Order: sequence, then structure tokens, then C-alpha cells
Amino acid sequence: MVFRGLSLRAESGRALSLEGPNGAGKSSLLRMLAGLLAPAAGDISFETARGAVGEAEERGRLVGLLAHQDAVKPQLTPRETLDFHARLYGVAACAPVLLERVGLKRQAELPCQYLSAGQKRRLALARLVLSARPLWLLDEPLAALDAQGKDLLRAMIATHCAAGGIVVAATHDPLGVDCARLALGAA
Amino acid sequence: MNALFARDMRLATRAGGSALLALAFFAGVATLVPLGVGADLRLLARIAGGVLWVAAVLAALLSLDRLFQADYEDGSLDLVALAPGSLEAAAFAKIAAHWLTTGLPLTLLSPLLGLLFDLPERGYPALAVSLLLGTPAVSAIGAVGAALTLSIRRGGLILPLIVLPLLAPIVIFGAGAVLAALDGSANGALWLVAAFSMVAVLLSPFAAAACVRLHLGS
Repeated sequence: MVFRGLSLRAESGRALSLEGPNGAGKSSLLRMLAGLLAPAAGDISFETARGAVGEAEERGRLVGLLAHQDAVKPQLTPRETLDFHARLYGVAACAPVLLERVGLKRQAELPCQYLSAGQKRRLALARLVLSARPLWLLDEPLAALDAQGKDLLRAMIATHCAAGGIVVAATHDPLGVDCARLALGAA
Repeated sequence: MNALFARDMRLATRAGGSALLALAFFAGVATLVPLGVGADLRLLARIAGGVLWVAAVLAALLSLDRLFQADYEDGSLDLVALAPGSLEAAAFAKIAAHWLTTGLPLTLLSPLLGLLFDLPERGYPALAVSLLLGTPAVSAIGAVGAALTLSIRRGGLILPLIVLPLLAPIVIFGAGAVLAALDGSANGALWLVAAFSMVAVLLSPFAAAACVRLHLGS
């Protein structure tokens, strides 16, 4: 049992930061919200314009996930990575625009094995925007990013919320944006 | 799931991909066995089908353990699970890509390697057709094993233990088909290979997807 008696509500246009020490269950909670992990007890439900969505697989269709792994294949270039993702998610490919926005324009045709950890993280951010999902689940989104990258992430969160999206971020460090906070108890 | 299929094809054929590795292993075994067995041409012709079939299965197994594990470790599998398509379709796409980059090239190379065994002319059609029909089952059943062991470190160690017993029938019938062709007897083995393969390809995506769900949720 990682946690019990937990209740949270995130509203459209708002960011929520999950805080807590290592092992408090932040990542597990994110995976539960995404429908990848089934809670031992309790319900998770998303209110949408088309009614409540409770079933795990359907919830997953509303989620854009930035996990702590970057899911970047070393053999593929950033542009190929984004194009693959666009086809997989059935959304319009706009790799050049997104790569420019995250500052990877010059590396667009370079195999990802040559990218630094921060650059891979930026690529993962571009992919998150590309997914065009209303609920963003971010696991330690600030990790590996430089100051400029952190500003970029904050701007992306603000844009997403302004467009009516929801952001739930698990983080040690303060997110640095206007957000509600949920502290998960000490392990 | 066309996207996943295209990406897996690209990864397998890029530098460091699994396609060339399987082909090199297959050719290596098939070249060494005649050298080890010696110049008994009658014996070599008899064992050609069996040796090439065993080599093909082992060559395919080489790359199978990473089929799901690589995507699981780097987080890609989470993103695939959240994508609009079903995991069953994703598993089928991965099986198809694996077969096209290993099973099919092995099949195409096999007649050339048959020469090293002095395989008589009438054995070639049976060899090529049995591999063409049977290797999809190797990729499909292997994918179930790969999905079962995807979170196990050194899963490559356990994968053959799970998969090889299930693949024994197809090796027996595949190699049997080549022998039957050499003896000029009726060749029912090819039909069995085809039937086995069809069932394996139809059912494996469901089994593999179920295993993936199990691992993602733990």
C-alpha cells in the first residue's frame, strides 16, 4: 500500500503539482490517472464534454504523458521521432515548428544518440505538445532541463492551461507556475 | 498501428539493427555445420532441412528478447499504450515488422545456404516454402515469450526456455517437409506448418497484448 484515503480534483485550465518525498507514490499516482496502473481500491473519473470517462483505456486516450524516461530511440532523429509520434497518435505532424520552439532546430536531422539529456527532455516536451491531449501528466518535468528549458516548460504549461487543458505534475522542486498543490505524505 | 510497424522496420534495418545480426548468425551456422560434419554429401543433404530450420529459429530468437523490452525500458511502451490503437494491433504490428526483417530475409537466403549442404534440386521448394510458411509462427510465438519476459533483466535467458518447446512442432514439421520432398513422398508436413503458423499468428497478438498490460500495471 503506497497511499490510501487520497482524494484530488483538478480543474480545467489549472495546474496541480504533486509534492512529496521519494517513494511517496507520485509516479504511481500519475500512472493510475493515466490508466496504466489500476488502483487497489477507489475510482478515477474524468469529466469531459461528452460525459464522465472512468474506464482505464478510455482515460488513457485523454492523457499526454511525460514520464521520467524520455522514450527517445537513439537511432532515430528528432524529426523522425516526432513524425512517428504524430502518426501513432493520429495527429497532424508539425515537427519543424515544434523543434524550433524547443530549440532543437539545428539537431533535427541528428540521430538522438548524440543529444544531451536536456535535449532529449526538450524533444519529449515537443512530443507532449504534439500529442494534443487535454490532460498532461508530467513526472519530474524539470529534471535535466537548463534554466532556459525550465522557462520553456513553464511557458508551455501556461499555454496549455490557458487553452483549457489540465496539468498534473509530480515534482520535488517548486514548479514555478501558479498552481494548486497536493502534498503526498511522508513515506 | 502502421506507424509502429514503420518505426520497427526502420529501427531493425538501421545500423546496429537486428535484421543484419539475424542474417549473419543464420549464414554463420549454416556455413560452419558442413565444415564440422565433413564431406559426406549424402549425410549433409539429409540434415540440411533440420540444420537450416534450427539455425533460423535461433537466429530469430536473437532479436526477439528485445522486441518489447527495449520499448518498455525507455518508456515508449507507455506512449504506445496511451495511443488511439489497441495493444493487440500494436503487438501484431511488431510481429509483422519482426518477421519482415528476420523471417523473410532468412527464407530468401536459405536456398543459397542449401547449396553448402549439396541439397538435391527437389529439396529447394520444400525448404523455401516451409520457411516462408513457418517463420511467421516463430515471430508470433516468440513475441508472446518476449512480452512475458519484458521486465526481466537478462530476459533473454528465460525466453528460449518458454519459447523453444512451443516451437518444437514447427521445427519438426518444417524439417520433415524437406525430408519428405527428398524422399519423394507425399508432403502433408507443409500443410501442418501452414496451419500451425496461421493459428499462432492469429492468437499471439492477443496473448502478447495481455502480457504487456500485465507488466505495465505492475
